[in-house]
Amino acid sequence: MLLTRRDLLGTVAIAAAAPVMARAQSTPAIKPAIKIGVLGDQSGVYRDLSGPVAAACVRQAVQDMAPHLNGIDVQVVVGDHQNKPDVGASLVRQWFDRDAVDMVTDCPNSAVALAVAAICHEKDKTYINSAAMITELTGAQCAPTTVHFAMDTYALARSTGTAMVADGGDTWFFVTADYDFGLALQRDTTGFITRAGGSVLGSVRAPFPTTDFSPYLLQAQSSGAKVIGLCNAGSDVVNSIKQAGEFGLTRAGVKVAGLLVFISDVHALGLQAAQGLNLTESFYWDLNDRTRAFTSRVLKQTDGVRPGMGQAGCYGGTVHYLKAVAALGAADARRSGRAVVARMKSMPTDDDAFGAGSIREDGRALHPVYLFQVKAPDESRGPWDYYKLVATTPIDQAWRPLNQGGCPMVHS
Amino acid sequence: MFMIFGYPVALLFGQLLLGLINGAFYALLSLGLAIIFGMLNIINFAHGALFMVGAFVAWMLQNYLGLDYWWALILSPLIVGAFAVVLEKTVICRLYRIDHLYGLLLTFGLALILEGLFRNEYGSSGLPYRIPQALSGGANLGFMFMPLYRGWVVLVAVVTCLAVWLVIEKTSIGAKLRAATENPGLVQAFGVNVPRMITLTYAAGVALAAFAGVLAAPIYSVNPNMGSNLIIVVFAVVVIGGMGSILGSIVTGFGLGVAEGLTKVFYPQASATVIFVVMVIVLLARPAGLFGKAA
Repeated sequence: MLLTRRDLLGTVAIAAAAPVMARAQSTPAIKPAIKIGVLGDQSGVYRDLSGPVAAACVRQAVQDMAPHLNGIDVQVVVGDHQNKPDVGASLVRQWFDRDAVDMVTDCPNSAVALAVAAICHEKDKTYINSAAMITELTGAQCAPTTVHFAMDTYALARSTGTAMVADGGDTWFFVTADYDFGLALQRDTTGFITRAGGSVLGSVRAPFPTTDFSPYLLQAQSSGAKVIGLCNAGSDVVNSIKQAGEFGLTRAGVKVAGLLVFISDVHALGLQAAQGLNLTESFYWDLNDRTRAFTSRVLKQTDGVRPGMGQAGCYGGTVHYLKAVAALGAADARRSGRAVVARMKSMPTDDDAFGAGSIREDGRALHPVYLFQVKAPDESRGPWDYYKLVATTPIDQAWRPLNQGGCPMVHS
Repeated sequence: MFMIFGYPVALLFGQLLLGLINGAFYALLSLGLAIIFGMLNIINFAHGALFMVGAFVAWMLQNYLGLDYWWALILSPLIVGAFAVVLEKTVICRLYRIDHLYGLLLTFGLALILEGLFRNEYGSSGLPYRIPQALSGGANLGFMFMPLYRGWVVLVAVVTCLAVWLVIEKTSIGAKLRAATENPGLVQAFGVNVPRMITLTYAAGVALAAFAGVLAAPIYSVNPNMGSNLIIVVFAVVVIGGMGSILGSIVTGFGLGVAEGLTKVFYPQASATVIFVVMVIVLLARPAGLFGKAA
């Protein structure tokens, strides 16, 4: 077929008009809208502590807040950063520049978390991180657009370290993942152990990831330490705990402290292998009536999987964000992420997952932190009944003191 | 207490033994790879993923059908082997006449698809699988506590490796197999069904991976990435042993396990790289590998 100039011009004209017509058709439906981007690990090692469950928690928050939003329409988009800072950064830029996203949440993996924080600061968009553990988010690299929910390495180290020393575990040996997160966690925990009167007998740095931890565990055992501190995460922590049981360490009276264990890890281990383990989380689905109510609502979207603290943080963070949006109005909220975060800091937080709390000057969300012990198989009454509460660290003691983080926004 | 280089001898013995146990997995996996490469000339990058599938099938048998570890040890290699037959008949058989690179790309793609499917269905943190009752517990060897199950793994791996080596080197089936790799046309002229033989060889190599997966399920985390963490090391083992050499992959599998175990005592940070350092040295000195025949 020969294409005449008239045909060609006609085609171009129709193609050019199509988007305009589409826009014209949708005009009557326009409401003030807010768009939330859930940037998670959808396909890698952290999928189970972020992933689809985190997205479900954000959607639940939107659903719960809908009656209070004065007709503001909230949309949720989901992305996969693949644990690569460059992938995460370019996706977030695309969200801001092309897709008009106003807030980014979730974001496990400390390297990606810091990269995204810098972009949100540059673009003046709200950033509620709830899955990375790195304290720099509210320390040297804090930003007026960042809020850090759920947990950080300081609170993990303080809760687990102090409690275990008080319980008689005063000599420690660390098995540490050989990168920033593991080393930071070991450094923080060592501080609390020595302050509480304990001592560290040695440590070993295992490459990340490692499949067989038994050589390190045997070194730890031969050091004579009463507690083996695991400064690693994900499949590393699962393998370490599984093999500590296999090599009879726990039967020999050595205590294993997982410094970062999520409920998804315990689920992967099974109670037989994980029983007796001490761990710290800021959320447990069966903690109180409010957490149970939240969990029963969100379960419909998660296929029965219980959320962990990072995913619950997506819920708590989004609820509080939407409160600030409702107070400011959609137009003002869209204009400045900085203004939204300032508003969030000026109001007390209160949600079903974390209870009452607040957000500090440096962006740290403050709520209690809990030390749990994993139940034995015969203590567990049903699916996902895994933890018993051992101790609660109150808000004023759980988090790094404001003046110690080195955040430039804090004026003392 | 006796000391060597400032380390108690007891600790070193323990690490040597643990190295041997890891070596058992390397040997089993690299054996399957070596067979497949030797006979089919395919670099089977999906080997790690099929090892993972073997472990997951063991978990499925237990959770959906109530069949325990011992059943899994037999059924999982058969099931995954049958899957390999389908794979070979439908896609891999199209690659024999073209460049190695295509085989590598295809099997790598298959590995990604398999891992993605399992991650979608079962998540990334893994599933619990218990050590069978009869093999739980352990013995105190004086210098270390030796879990019974680890001893069992070494025993089974050594027996399996020997059996495979015997079949290929000493039986008439093995002889036909080796002949078919040298000159398939001539062997077919003698009335041997070469395509079927190749299919079964691929299935057998994959079944070995699944078998190793079942052995690994009680001690390592059963998760979709468990194979990709191992497969790179296993490839290094095959290269060091000599591509396609059966004996080479068995000996280097165990040997490198021990080398890695000792590195974990003296300089743990390097334990992930030591095998590749060995690989570089071996390739510089003997480009065909320790047991390989120069082309």
